[in-house]
Amino acid sequence: MIMGGQPVKACVSLGTSHFQKANQRVRAALAAADVVELHDVFAQRYLGCALDAGKKLDIFGTPGNDMACFLDGGEVEVHGNVQDQIGNTMNAGRIVVHGRCGDAAGYAMRGGEIFVRDDCGWRVGIHMKQYEGRRPVVFIGGDAGDFLGEYMAGGVIVLLGKAGKHLGTGMHGGVIYLKAPPDPGLISDSLVLEKADEADAEVLSPLMCAYNRLFAEERGAAVDESGEGFWRLRPASSRPYASMYAQ
Amino acid sequence: MPKTAIREGDVRIPSGCAIAGIMDRSGVRHDGGDILRSIELMHDRSNGLGGGFAAYGIYPEYRELYAFHVMYETHEARVATEAYLDVYFMSEKQERIPTEPVPSIKNPPDVWRYFVAPHPMRMNMSGLDESEYVMRHVFHINSQIEGAFVASSGKDMGAFKGVGYPEDIGEFYRIGDYRAWAWTAHGRFPTNTPGWWGGAHPFTLLNWSVVHNGEISSYDANRRYVEQFGYDCELQTDTEVITYLFDLLCRRHGLSQELAARIMTAPSWDEIDRMPPDRAKFETDLRVTYSSALVNGPFSVILGSEEGLLAINDRLKLRALMVGEKGSMVYFASEQAAIEVVCPDAENIRPVEGGIPFVAQLDEVARRKGLAACENSPVLNPLAHEVGVQPKRREA
Repeated sequence: MIMGGQPVKACVSLGTSHFQKANQRVRAALAAADVVELHDVFAQRYLGCALDAGKKLDIFGTPGNDMACFLDGGEVEVHGNVQDQIGNTMNAGRIVVHGRCGDAAGYAMRGGEIFVRDDCGWRVGIHMKQYEGRRPVVFIGGDAGDFLGEYMAGGVIVLLGKAGKHLGTGMHGGVIYLKAPPDPGLISDSLVLEKADEADAEVLSPLMCAYNRLFAEERGAAVDESGEGFWRLRPASSRPYASMYAQ
Repeated sequence: MPKTAIREGDVRIPSGCAIAGIMDRSGVRHDGGDILRSIELMHDRSNGLGGGFAAYGIYPEYRELYAFHVMYETHEARVATEAYLDVYFMSEKQERIPTEPVPSIKNPPDVWRYFVAPHPMRMNMSGLDESEYVMRHVFHINSQIEGAFVASSGKDMGAFKGVGYPEDIGEFYRIGDYRAWAWTAHGRFPTNTPGWWGGAHPFTLLNWSVVHNGEISSYDANRRYVEQFGYDCELQTDTEVITYLFDLLCRRHGLSQELAARIMTAPSWDEIDRMPPDRAKFETDLRVTYSSALVNGPFSVILGSEEGLLAINDRLKLRALMVGEKGSMVYFASEQAAIEVVCPDAENIRPVEGGIPFVAQLDEVARRKGLAACENSPVLNPLAHEVGVQPKRREA
């Protein structure tokens, strides 16, 4: 809904209200306005669930688990930290976190982008996949916990800080870009670690620019936008378990 | 056998419990209002089949005595338990624990507390030290007296627990009236075992209390191990082995709580292979010596003791647990929002990482430990005949 050229904006304060009531109020507000600001958020789950394109949630406070699950083109921006499993199976759209995110962010996501300013928890980007034109992106500005990109089947993960252990375990598609080279002894035989090339820089550069636009001011410094100097982690084979199931 | 209730293995619900902890490292005591609000925010992580609190520092006027919190299903159970306590302990005071009627709490047991000291002569005759003596009698009451259950048995601490949502259990026990330097809380979502009053968290023994979110896949291996040392596992839940493992490793074997936690979440053999030789040797020795104390499965745990709180996540970090600080205060909760709801300006908010314990000690305990040198405190007191210079004279 556009009035006078500007998207209509609404504000909702959630306090400690139960997630069912809270989500009812948020959905009602989103039906009347394209941009909804949520204040005083405390642990409410499923905020921004399946949000459509053209809609935006601005969240102040700490939302509960499964924020922006099944996101379908909308945008969710959090001015603080988020808890676990954001962007579960998201389809399209964008999540921006001005802080850190918890475990299992971007679980099985198949489209859209997640930008996290600081660290992320464990099992982030596990089972991400890509299909035709959809190529999901998880961008982590800080360090990552263990099992980043576990069982990854497609898409892109960018990590500016340190990776944890069990990086890309069972990965059979997609790519993980690392600014800091991991200990080669920690990389499993089914993965290939190599220097990123110019084609990779072309993928990375717009993502670095996007990260700067979102966070450079609050970080007080910009990251290098050239997209150069990264390491690339890829599966050695697209079917690492083929011999287990078929000859 | 007719089936009357859903039992272990019949259902599996992939959900989590909620845990929380609040501690003032300076030892100043705070009422139960904050822990109640913190656990209440995570209402949907539990399902009304168990809630409870542990509180440290609530009975300063009886701090030398063991405070037994005992639940009774019947009057006969109380008569039998009091007769038993009368034989083996000397009771300074006994009273019904004040409770408040709460509509959602159905058929609560009769809950009493006793401030007791071991009967000196009987303890001497038993040949046991004080802690062991108390522990054996707690196990006796729990296993032998029908309808009686010791909810806690430590000094200057107590557990308040039952079947219900934690905020209702807290209201039932009027925990707002108690003042403690450390609180822990639990909201239960039982997955593998039935919900009953004794099976609510925290699980306690002596000064230990454990609140736990998750499940222990290694339960049977751990249970067989601790049972060899006289710990009865009869509470129909996996969490109790964690309490007994800490008691075994810390009280009996003299290890620090931090080392005990590391033994329970030992590094994988792959990781040990990558360590420098000295460290690898140490970790290998620990894993070999305490292979049956390795705890597997998804869990986040807050341990309470007279030293403070210790939080630990399983080594694969399959559960969430956050920690935040403000001045002398330390806050733990399954979700960050449950910390901010009681301390909006908490600092250093971060997750407790997998397999890396977070230790919050009382300042006084930390100072004492800082001064202590391991050379001056042998782990086990040697027996008299090992260090005595003269053979013991045989009585004529």
